[in-house]
This record gives sequence, structure tokens and C-alpha cells, in this order.
Amino acid sequence: MEIRKGIAVSPGIAIAKPMLIDSKDYRIPRRSILPSQRSSEIQRLRKAFATAISELEEIGSAKDIKESKIQDIFAVHMRFLRDRSFRKRMTDFIKNELVTAEYAVSTILREIASHFAGIDDAYISERAADIYDIEKRLLVRLLGKRQEEVDYLREEVVILSSDLTPTQTAGFNKTFVKGFATEKGGRTSHTAIVARSMGIPAVVALGDLSSEVPPECVVIIDGNRGVVVIDPDEETLKQYDRYSQQMTQFVSKLDELRDLPAETRDGVVIHLMGNIEFPDEAEIVTAKGGAGIGLYRTEFLYLYGGQEPTEEDHYNAYAEAIRAVNGKPVVIRTMDLGADKLPHSGWHVKEANPVLGLRSIRYCLQALPLFKTQLRAILRASVLGDVRVMFPLITNLQELRQAKMILRDVMEDLDEGAIPYNAKIPVGIMIETPSSALIANLLASESSFFSVGTNDLIQYTLAVDRANEHVSTLFSAAEPAVLRLMRGVIQDAHKAKIPLSVCGEVASDSEFIMPLLGMGVRTLSMAPPMIPEVKKIIRLVTIEECNRLSRKITTMDSHRQIQNFLRDAATRILPETF
Amino acid sequence: MSVPTYEIEIEIRNPEGLHMRPAMQFVDLANSFESDISVGHQDVSADAKSIMQMTMLAATCGTRLKITAVGPDAARAVEALQDMVNNKFMDNPDIAMSEKEG
Repeated sequence: MEIRKGIAVSPGIAIAKPMLIDSKDYRIPRRSILPSQRSSEIQRLRKAFATAISELEEIGSAKDIKESKIQDIFAVHMRFLRDRSFRKRMTDFIKNELVTAEYAVSTILREIASHFAGIDDAYISERAADIYDIEKRLLVRLLGKRQEEVDYLREEVVILSSDLTPTQTAGFNKTFVKGFATEKGGRTSHTAIVARSMGIPAVVALGDLSSEVPPECVVIIDGNRGVVVIDPDEETLKQYDRYSQQMTQFVSKLDELRDLPAETRDGVVIHLMGNIEFPDEAEIVTAKGGAGIGLYRTEFLYLYGGQEPTEEDHYNAYAEAIRAVNGKPVVIRTMDLGADKLPHSGWHVKEANPVLGLRSIRYCLQALPLFKTQLRAILRASVLGDVRVMFPLITNLQELRQAKMILRDVMEDLDEGAIPYNAKIPVGIMIETPSSALIANLLASESSFFSVGTNDLIQYTLAVDRANEHVSTLFSAAEPAVLRLMRGVIQDAHKAKIPLSVCGEVASDSEFIMPLLGMGVRTLSMAPPMIPEVKKIIRLVTIEECNRLSRKITTMDSHRQIQNFLRDAATRILPETF
Repeated sequence: MSVPTYEIEIEIRNPEGLHMRPAMQFVDLANSFESDISVGHQDVSADAKSIMQMTMLAATCGTRLKITAVGPDAARAVEALQDMVNNKFMDNPDIAMSEKEG
């Protein structure tokens, strides 16, 4: 039995067989084998070599490859695959280190590649790319099946991984994935967001994980305490079974709140909405009693599937989500990815600082065909329900005006084709940079609504990368600087009489509900499974006490003091969740 | 009777060194002989029949290599390899893969 402590990012208990997955760029975690498995691992390696060789033979004899230079490259790869001393390095590694074939391939080939890359001669250092190519060819053979297994799951598993990419999580069969545990990541990493939206437990930042996992075992993921137990003993397993049943009861009690209003004790109605990534999550929002979709992240359309999404891809996804919430509002955020993350952008320039680089609305304003395709689909879908469009990462008035101008262009195109859309579609923006927060009064006069994205607002205000474990403790919504910016934005929205919602992680953080209400927030958007718990808190408080609490923290000067104060306040109200 | 051993020193003179096709041709030629053939560069020795070891020598233009062949056809092997490096690589302008496919 091995107990590991990480960061709890999504609550719940999962007990299931582990499934280890490797990231798409083939960084293979070290995984141990038993001495008795040595020969079968070496056999797997041999098979991978044999398949790779016959694959290359096929490629080499194909007509269009008969052109000499390309053929030469494959001929060299072939020599490598047939080189006995080359293969021996890997079989020796498997024998001596007791590791899997894929780990041996990855380690040895990376050693060779870095040898080439380190040589100060362009011809030779380029050879590293050939080695990576050979590595990839072998690993596809070795991992091919295992990667597909995730799509064809037939039993319940918990996923163990170095880190999860959006593309990977998009491919999971959600019926069978019961929890996540990752070596990297932080509270607001992608894994965390997806786990919360799926309502399954997740623990991240566990450090090297995969080497500890015996071939046949069970893994417990405790998303409440941030603990992962690998290969638990019987006693621990029993304890967790009991604990997990109690949790289920607590959650089903919360679900009883579904049809009750999200209203404070003194009668103020709060709108609780859901953040979604996939259209099918819209149903969860309805099931959990949400008042609509406060944030529809559309990035998955770009990350999943082999090509850039067509207008129909967009339209179908939006239509599904809009229909699922049956007339309730749906706020669709336009593409919010870095150019570097877009597989079809053809953008290969390495940015030293992608978070400050060409991304999100900035990229859209340059990649007009891509942006217009999405806007057209949103506009077409706008007649199906209460649809609103939202631009991310606005940092100045100019960007907002440009984006709105492009939206108007698209409207004109639709007019010409006599295609119906809602000409009065509300156009809002994310407030997620200090610059937009500081000029919120200017932006408010040209926006229909604001949505405060606290994750990015905190990151950009405090200059902290939340996924970097060395500084992640500095990432706090309770920093006076962050609270001051938020207060200003909320006041500016009130003055301009435009609606404002908070859609970052703090919107469902039980410690932050009261201060947010106290600052004047009346709409919160969160991962759908969190809605009942937040509703429960809201039904227990009065706006009067929220106001008092919010005024009180303005007198405090450190995030620690504020955090402790908020925790005490929340514990008094909802002791069960702490 | 001792096994025939031949040794010779050569200099790589084609601009791209023992890269891609030259290395492949060198290894292919070495493999056509029965003798054990090693190639030494500074204090590293590589098996002339292994493309991995040969390319890892990183023999750039101007590199001096010591070729040692041990076996029944050692003399022919050394001669053929020397001829290839000195003449064939230089004769064939198309031999260097100056660009790679993307």
C-alpha cells in the first residue's frame, strides 16, 4: 500500500482499477515490470521493431515515395531498426532496469537524440529529428492499443497520468472514468476543471506516480482530502467504501434542493449557472437546477477532431446545448486558445511567453476566417434560445470595438443570405486582465454584460502561474489586490446598469460565496455539479451578513488574514463540507 | 596463424560529413564484408556495421577516422571503405541530403 498526498481539485471518492495513460507527445512514465515479465516485454519490443520495419518497407515501395530524398530518410530509419547494437541497448535496458518496452524505447532514443542535438554541426544535430521519428514509430506500435483502450473502456477505471491534455479528456468515455490522479497540475489546471465539470474526484500534483503502481491493483482517489492510495490494504479499502457511501448520501441530500430557489434568507435571488465545455454537459446544468449556462467554453471544438471545426460543427454543438437548457440563457464564449495550442493554425513560431502572446481574442482578430466561422454559427444559433456572445481576454476598448465590428460584418453577410439571427444578441466581455478591470467603466458603456474570469484575473494581477507548483501558493483570490480590482469592476457594472457574473473557480468556492454576494454579485457560474452545494450556502445566509463580512475584509491587509477569516465564516454556516 | 588485421587512416572531406546517405552507404558496404570492422575517432570506437554507432561518431568534414578490419577479407574491406570515402562521396554531388523533407 502506498499513500500519496497531492492537491484535491474535485471532490468525491473513487475506487477502481487504474488506467495509466501517456501524454500525446509520448513522454513515457517509468513503469516497472516483474522479473518474470522481462521476456514478454522484450518480445513486445521485437514485435514493435518487426512491424515498424515492414511498415517502412511498405512506405519505401510506394510509388510517390520513390523520389530519392524521402526514400533515403526512410532507408536510414530502416538501417537503424535493423541495427542489432541499437536494439540491444533497449533490450539490455529492459533486462537491467526492469521497465516496460515503451519506457526503454523512449529513454534510449531520447539519449541518442540528445547526443545528436548537442553536436555543433547542423547536419548532425538535425539527426535528432530522425531519432524522434523512429521513436514515434515504435511507440505507436507499443502504445497504440493502450491509447485506444481509453475510448473503448468496458469497466470502471481511474485515470493516472503525468498530466492530461484537453484532447485526451475530450476522448474519454465518461461512463467508465471514475476519477483522475495526475503527477502535475494545480487547483485550476485543465484536469481539475474537467473533473469538476464531470463531477468526478481528482487529485493533482502528486509527483512521480506511475512507478509506484503494481501491475494488478486498485487505486483510491480521495478528492476531498487530496489523497491517493495505491494498492490499499483491506482495512483501508473498507474504510473508504463506508466513507464513499456517506458522501453519496450527502450529495443526494443536496440534490433535493434542486427545485428550491437560490434565494438568501432575506429574499434576494441569486442566479446560479453552469460552466460547460461539452454540449452534453448542458443537461447536467438542468439536472442540478442551474439557471442557464453562464460560460460555454468552445475550445474543444478546435482541439478535438482532425480538422478546424466547420460552421456546422459549431452550430450543431451550440444547438444541442441551447435546446438542453430549454430557453434559459446560454453565454457562448468565443475561442480562447493560444495560437500555439491550435493544431490547425499553421502557427509554429515559438513564443517566449505564450500567456502574454498571440492568443484568444487577439488571435481571432488576426485569423478572421476562423473567427467569422464561429460568429456565424453563434448568430445562427441565436434564434434557438436566449443566446449571448462573449469575447475573452479583452484588454482595451479598441479590441472590443474591432470584435463587435466583425460581428456586424457577419450579421450583414447573414442578412444578404436572408439567414435568420437575433440582431439584438447581447454582446459581453470577460473581465480577466487587470487592464480591463481598471477601465471597466469605459468597457461597460459598450458591453451588454461582464463576466469576471477570476482564474486569469488572479494570474495576470499577481503574475503567478497557477500550474507552477513552486509559486502556486501565491495564487489566491483573497489577495487584497485581487479583491480591490473585483470590487471596482462590480461597482462599474452597477453604475452602467449592466449584468455581471463571476465565472471563475471562486464562484463555487464555499468560502467566497459570502464575500462575492457582499460585494454585489448576483450571478455565479460554476461547474454544474457544484450548483447544489452553492445553493445550500446561499439559502443559509442573509445579504445583510454578507455585506458586513465584505466590508470587514476591506480593512484586512493580507491574503492569509482574509482567507482565515472567510474560512471561519464559512465553517459556521456549512460545517459538513469542511 | 594470426587473423589478418588491416588498419588505415582516412579523412572525411565531403562537406556534410558522414551524414544520412553517406553513413548509410558506408555501413552497407561494411556489412558486405565478413571481417569485424571498427572505426575510431579520438578515443571512441564504433562498429562500422552499426548505423547508430557510426552516426554517433559525428564525423563532420575534416574528421580523421581510423578504420581497423580484422578477418579473412580485412584487406579488401579497408581498401573498399577508403575508396568510398575518398572518391565516391566526393564524386557524387547529389549524395548529400542538403534538405530534408518537411
